[in-house]
Amino acid sequence: RSPVVFFEVEILDAKTKDKLCFLDKVRVNLFPYPQWYPARQSIRLDPKGKSLKDEDVLQHLPVGTTATFYFRDLGSQISWVTVFLTEYTGPLVIYLMFYFRVPFIYAPKYDFTTSKHWVVHLACMCHSFHYMKRLLETLFVHRFSHGTMPLRNIFKNCTYYWGFAAWMAYYINHPLYTPPIYGEQQIRLALILFLFCQIGNFSIHIALRNLRPPGSKTRKIPYPTKNPFTWIFLLVSCPNYTYELGSWLGFTLMTQCLPVAFFTLVGFIQMTVWAKGKHRSYLKEFRDYPPLRSPILPFIL
Amino acid sequence: MSAAAAPGTSKGAHSDVTGRRKKGPGALATAYLVIYNVVMTAGWLVIAVGLVRAYLARGSYHGLYYSIEKPLKFFQTGAVLEILHCAVGIVPSSVVLTGFQVMSRVFLTWAVTHSVKEVQSEDSVLLFVTAWTVTEIIRYSFYTFSLLNHLPYLIKWARYTFFFVLYPMGVTGELLTIYAALPHAQKTGLYSVTLPNKYNFSFDYHSFLIIVMVSYIPLFPQLYFHMIRQRKKVLGHTEDYSKVE
Repeated sequence: RSPVVFFEVEILDAKTKDKLCFLDKVRVNLFPYPQWYPARQSIRLDPKGKSLKDEDVLQHLPVGTTATFYFRDLGSQISWVTVFLTEYTGPLVIYLMFYFRVPFIYAPKYDFTTSKHWVVHLACMCHSFHYMKRLLETLFVHRFSHGTMPLRNIFKNCTYYWGFAAWMAYYINHPLYTPPIYGEQQIRLALILFLFCQIGNFSIHIALRNLRPPGSKTRKIPYPTKNPFTWIFLLVSCPNYTYELGSWLGFTLMTQCLPVAFFTLVGFIQMTVWAKGKHRSYLKEFRDYPPLRSPILPFIL
Repeated sequence: MSAAAAPGTSKGAHSDVTGRRKKGPGALATAYLVIYNVVMTAGWLVIAVGLVRAYLARGSYHGLYYSIEKPLKFFQTGAVLEILHCAVGIVPSSVVLTGFQVMSRVFLTWAVTHSVKEVQSEDSVLLFVTAWTVTEIIRYSFYTFSLLNHLPYLIKWARYTFFFVLYPMGVTGELLTIYAALPHAQKTGLYSVTLPNKYNFSFDYHSFLIIVMVSYIPLFPQLYFHMIRQRKKVLGHTEDYSKVE
């Protein structure tokens, strides 16, 4: 049996070289189950209780001199970034396949033809722009509170995004597509709504990013900034979802396509659930949380 | 959708299911539920008696559906109330699970049997109607007695044993009926929408029925084994009467 190896660890200030702390008897590989990497560890004080956070400090926990923790395996984990990139790249690619009328989707005589309706080209640009924006935001804007999520989520999420994208794209790019009843007026209004909400959604993402210094996980109440698109924070806790709803309402109006309306509805329901949860946790965490705010729709929801 | 910590998907958000026991329904709710379950038991007994009388009168199994068509539609559709019971909280079952079960019954009753007249004389209809009738008589009397805290062991045993035969019987009848409806649905374009139209939407009911049939493959075993597990739990112990389904 190999002897237990102890290390002595010294931490010095990088600039002044002052000795900041000295750790005696540090044991390597404290947790002898390497397959349970940190992201899938849930450590808690009570077997059925909530998971402790990474930031929790041992001294501040209600334990005696011998602390007992309960471990739970959260299952295979995957990083949020990976999930987002995968679930957003799918719709981008899939929609384009329908737009370019790749073979085996529509009747062979339509292979690689283009739609004669200009709104179909506009819709493709909007849809593609939307998902490219999301991909770029995932890479450069968002600061995630949690690094990972359970692996099975990627299958669930991708089925949702990719499935709906294919369903919508099939009809919009169909040779028998019928353009909006009110023609150019309807499409113009829809485009304005869509662009307005895309800018709004992006503004909120930037504002939320700026609330949080890089690498930190602090939570603060978001407030309106100089950017008028953030003034909606006066009335709503999660305006990113409000703007997202608006974008898809715009896209529905632009394409006048029932599957798009379904997608918008389902997304709205899910975002409302998330917004209510976020709103509740804001209220719980901050005594001085602005009372005028609603979770997702001003005054309504 | 942006970077919200979607609840329940990551480390910090595991829901805390400690031994929180759901309180039973109040006195008024219990009285209502007893009445509901008695009425439903009576209703399905009416259907059972109707089937037997019609068989004795005609001397054959053929076309018995017509003699119980109205009470079947009425009482099977009435079961939609059970979704409401779960939503309001007077019954401790899951809204989603109950909703799914009730809607699948309603679907078969209205969207298949009622809508496609040609299948109404099929023997497969008798097969699932019989399975449903026996199941529901036992189920509703089980609930009635449970609510009155006076559940005869025989009823409990029947509920958790008869399903071994009744489930496969019902599923077979249902699948055969849907299968019989396919050619007619396709020929008449029943409940279908084609392109072009101003909503840019299409729906093929015939294909939808095929998808429904295929969905039985993953779903039926899950429900069946769930009942088997419930049987072990319920017939293994004699204390917990309030645990329903």
